[in-house]
Amino acid sequence: MNKFKAFISNDKNQKFLIPFIAVLSGFLVGVFILLITRENPIDIFRAILRAVFGIDLNKIGTGKAVFNPRYVGEYFVYAMPIILTGLSIAFAFRTGLFNIGSEGQVMVGSFASVLAGIYLDFPVFIHLPLVIISGALAGAIWGFVPGLLKAKFNVHEVVVGIMMNYSALHITNYFLRNLKGSDNVKTAMLPVTATLNSEFLSSITNKSRLHWGFIIVIISVFIFWFIIEKTTFGYELRSVGFNKNASKYAGMKVDRNTVLSMMISGAFSGLAGTIIAIGTFGYGRVLPGFENYGFDGIAVALLGGNTGLGSVFGGLLLGSLKAAQPIMQTMNIPRDIAIIIVSFIILFIAMQNGIKMILKKLGGAK
Amino acid sequence: MEYVIEMLGITKEFPGIKANDNVTLQVEKGEIHALLGENGAGKSTLMSVLFGLYQPEAGIIKVRGQEVAISNPNIANKHGIGMVHQHFKLVENFTVTENIILGIEPMKSFSRVDTQKAAKKVLEISEKYGLSVDPNAKIEDISVGMQQRVEILKMLYRNAEILIFDEPTAVLTPQEIHELMGIMKELTNEGKSIVLITHKLKEIKLVANHCTVLRRGKYIGTVNVHETTENQMAEMMVGREVSFKVDKNEANIGDVVLSIQNLSVKNSRGLHAVKNLNLDFRAGEITCVAGIEGNGQTELVEAIVGLRKIESGKIFFKGTEIQNLNIRERTLCGIGHIPEDRHKYGLVLDFTLEENFILQTYFKEPYSKKGTLQVEEVRKYSEQLINEFDVRSGKGSVTEARSMSGGNQQKAIIARELERSPILLIAAQPTRGLDVGAIEYIHKRLVDERNKGKAVLLMSFEMEEVLNLADSIAVMYEGEVVGKVHANQTNENELGLMMSGSTRKEGELNE
Ligand SMILES: Nc1ncnc2c1ncn2[C@@H]1O[C@H](COP(=O)(O)OP(=O)(O)OP(=O)(O)O)[C@@H](O)[C@H]1O
Ligand SMILES: [Mg+2]
Repeated sequence: MNKFKAFISNDKNQKFLIPFIAVLSGFLVGVFILLITRENPIDIFRAILRAVFGIDLNKIGTGKAVFNPRYVGEYFVYAMPIILTGLSIAFAFRTGLFNIGSEGQVMVGSFASVLAGIYLDFPVFIHLPLVIISGALAGAIWGFVPGLLKAKFNVHEVVVGIMMNYSALHITNYFLRNLKGSDNVKTAMLPVTATLNSEFLSSITNKSRLHWGFIIVIISVFIFWFIIEKTTFGYELRSVGFNKNASKYAGMKVDRNTVLSMMISGAFSGLAGTIIAIGTFGYGRVLPGFENYGFDGIAVALLGGNTGLGSVFGGLLLGSLKAAQPIMQTMNIPRDIAIIIVSFIILFIAMQNGIKMILKKLGGAK
Repeated sequence: MEYVIEMLGITKEFPGIKANDNVTLQVEKGEIHALLGENGAGKSTLMSVLFGLYQPEAGIIKVRGQEVAISNPNIANKHGIGMVHQHFKLVENFTVTENIILGIEPMKSFSRVDTQKAAKKVLEISEKYGLSVDPNAKIEDISVGMQQRVEILKMLYRNAEILIFDEPTAVLTPQEIHELMGIMKELTNEGKSIVLITHKLKEIKLVANHCTVLRRGKYIGTVNVHETTENQMAEMMVGREVSFKVDKNEANIGDVVLSIQNLSVKNSRGLHAVKNLNLDFRAGEITCVAGIEGNGQTELVEAIVGLRKIESGKIFFKGTEIQNLNIRERTLCGIGHIPEDRHKYGLVLDFTLEENFILQTYFKEPYSKKGTLQVEEVRKYSEQLINEFDVRSGKGSVTEARSMSGGNQQKAIIARELERSPILLIAAQPTRGLDVGAIEYIHKRLVDERNKGKAVLLMSFEMEEVLNLADSIAVMYEGEVVGKVHANQTNENELGLMMSGSTRKEGELNE
C-alpha cells in the first residue's frame, strides 16, 4: 500500500500516469453513455480491436478469417498524419506558441507535393526527395507568416493562423482544379516516381493503403527529439517558451526563435500533408472543407505532453478511435461515441492539475 | 503562558530533502515572533504548512490551544491565519480592490459583486492602519511596496488575527521598511500576533519579542530577543561566527571601463527616468549607484546591459561605443549582470538548476559543440558551482529552479555571473533575500573581483551595504546624479540627504 502511495505521488510516474488516467476516464464516460442508452459497451472495444489489430471477434467459430491485416494497415494510414501534426503543434508549444495554423499547413504541404509531383520529371531518387521537401517547405512558409507577424507586430499567432487556414483551403483548391489533368474534385494521378506507395506493404496488409510514409514519421520524431532535447537551438526554444524576459536577458534572439519555431512546426504539418497526398491517395484532392488533421494534432500534442515520443502514443491512440468509427457504424453504435470519448480524454488532460492534486492527496501521509 | 500558535514536531519532506525535521514553533498572543535561518533552512516551508499549503508528514498544529488539521488555506483563514508570501500572489491585471476581495466578494442582488461596499471597507482598513493604497489601480502599475500593502490588506480584510510575513522587507526601501515596522507594532498592540521571517537581524532586534532559529531543517532553539545580540543570533543560525564588516584593502583603481555620456532613458510609462547622465566606472573599484528606489537606477542598469532602449547619449565600454550593440554582444564584450528581478530576468524557473547555470554560456565550448549541448560538461560545471557557492536544493543539478528556496535561487544567479568573472560586473541588489552567512560570502567574492582588477557596478538600496562594500558612491535622484562621494568620506546622514534630493555634492570624484 505504501509502495503504491509512493508510486502515485512521484512526479516522474505522474508524467505517464496522468495521461493514462485521462484515457481511462474518457473510456469510462463512453461506457457509461452506452450503458444509459442501453447499448452494449463491450462493442466499442470490439470495434477498436478490429480497427487496430484487425481481429473480428464475431467471426470466431464461423469459419471465416478472424484476422484481417488490412485493418492494421488502414489504422496506420489514419495515425501517421496526426502524429506529424501532433509533432507540429507540440514543437510550437515548447516555444510558447500555439500553431493553430497546422490545418492550413497540411493543405499547402499536400498541394506543393502534388505540384512537384506532377510538373517535375526526374528519376525516383531525385524526384521523391524533391516532392517531400516541397511539402515541408510549403508548410514552413505557411508557418512563417504568423511567426513573423507575432515577432514583429505582436499579432497573436492564433488569429493569423486561422486566417491562414482559410486562405490555404481556398487557394489550394483553386490551383488544384487548374493543374493539368485535374477535374473538379481531384488532380491527375501522380507519377510513380513521386509517390510513397508500396506493393510490398500493401500486399502484407491485404491490399490496404499502407505506404512508406511511416519512415518520414519516424525520422520526424527523431528530428523533433534531437532539436528540442539535444541542441543549443532547442535549449533556446524551450527557454523562450518558459520565460521570454530571461531569454532576452541571456541575449537570445526571441523574435528570430519565434519565427524559426513556427517554420519548423509548419514543416512538420506540411509533411503530414505530403504523406496524405503522395502516400494515402497518390493524387491531389480538392477539399470541400477542413479535414481536421491540424485540430487532431492539438489533441495528440496534449495527450503526448508535447514530447516527440508522446505524440507517437497520442497519435496511435487517437488514430485507433478514428479508425474505429466506421466499424462502430457497421455495428450499429453511433460513431459519435468515439468523438465523445476523445473529447473527454482531452478534457481530462486539460484538468491534469486537478488529477495531480487528487493523486497527491491519495499518496499523502494524511 | 498561552500560545496562539503551537507547531509541535513538524516534519515535511520534499524529494531529496527534509525541509522541516521535527520543528517546534510556539507563538504567544500579541507578540512579534521572528523566524530566522539560513537560505533553504525551511522557514517558508514551515509557514506554508501553517497556512495549509503543504501537509506535514508528522507533527501537530494547535491554534489557541486546540489541535487542528489545516488542509488548505481556506481552513487557515477560518482559524484567522493570514500570510504574505515571499513572492507575492496577486492577479496582475486586477485592481487593488478586486485582489483584496478575491474569493470573498460581497454580493448585492442578482449575485453581482458589490464593489462599492468592498471599496469602502478596504478604504476603512487602509486608513485605520495607515496602509495607503489606490483601490482602483491595477497591480501591474503599482510599486512593489504598494503591492505588499495590498497583501497585508488582503489579510486584514479577512479578519486575520495571526499574520505571517515571509521576508516582507527584502523588497522594500528603508523608508518603507520603517513604515512596515510601525504597522506591525500597531497590529500587535491590537492583540494580533505576527510571525516575521527576515534575514535582517537589525529588524528582529527592533520589533520582535522572540526569535526561533532553524538550521538545515532542524530546530535550533528559541530566544528572547531582548536578552540576546545580533551576533549571537547570527552564530546560532549559521553555526559559526559571522563578520558583518567587509574586509577590504585600499582599492587599486585602474582605467575607466564604462563611461556613460549624456545618457537619457525613458521608463515603461514613457517618462524620463534617466536624464542626461554622465558617470564613469573604473577597473578595480566598486562603484555604487545609490538612491531611493524609483529614481532611475533600474532604468540605468537596463540601458547599460541592453534590456532597455536609450533615448539619447552614448555608452562607452573600454573605449568603444556599445549603445547600439545587442544584449548578447554586450555580454560577450565582458559585461555580467545580476538582475534586480530574479524571477523575471534572472532565472528560467521551469529549467533545472544546471540549465540555469549555462543561461549565458550555453552556446560556447565546452557546453556546446557543433550546436549540440554537452550534457556531461554542463553537469560537471553545475556541480562545481553548487559546491563553490553552497547552493542548496533537494536534488542538486537536476532540481527545478522553481522548487528552490528564494535565497538559493539568488545564489544560483550570482554563481552564474561571478564565475564568468566579467570585466564589468553589474550587481543589482545582489544580496536581496540572502542570509547573513551568504551575504558575507558574496561580499567577499565581489571584493575579490575588484581586487582582480574588474569594475563592479553595485546597485543597492541598502545603506549599510552601500557604505560597507562600495569604494565610491554615486547618488541618483530623479534620474540625475546628485552626488559623488568616496565611501570612506561620507556617512549615512549625508547620503540620506542626497538621496532625498536636498543636497548636492558633485565633481569631487575622479575628475
Ligand atoms: N515545492 C518544493 N518542492 C521541492 N523542494 C522544495 C519545495 N519547496 C521547498 N523545497 C526545498 O526545501 C528546502 C527549504 O526551502 P524553504 O523555501 O522553506 O527555505 P527558506 O528557509 O524559506 O529559505 P530562503 O531564506 O532562501 O527563502 C529547500 O532546500 C528547497 O529546495
Ligand atoms: Mg523562504
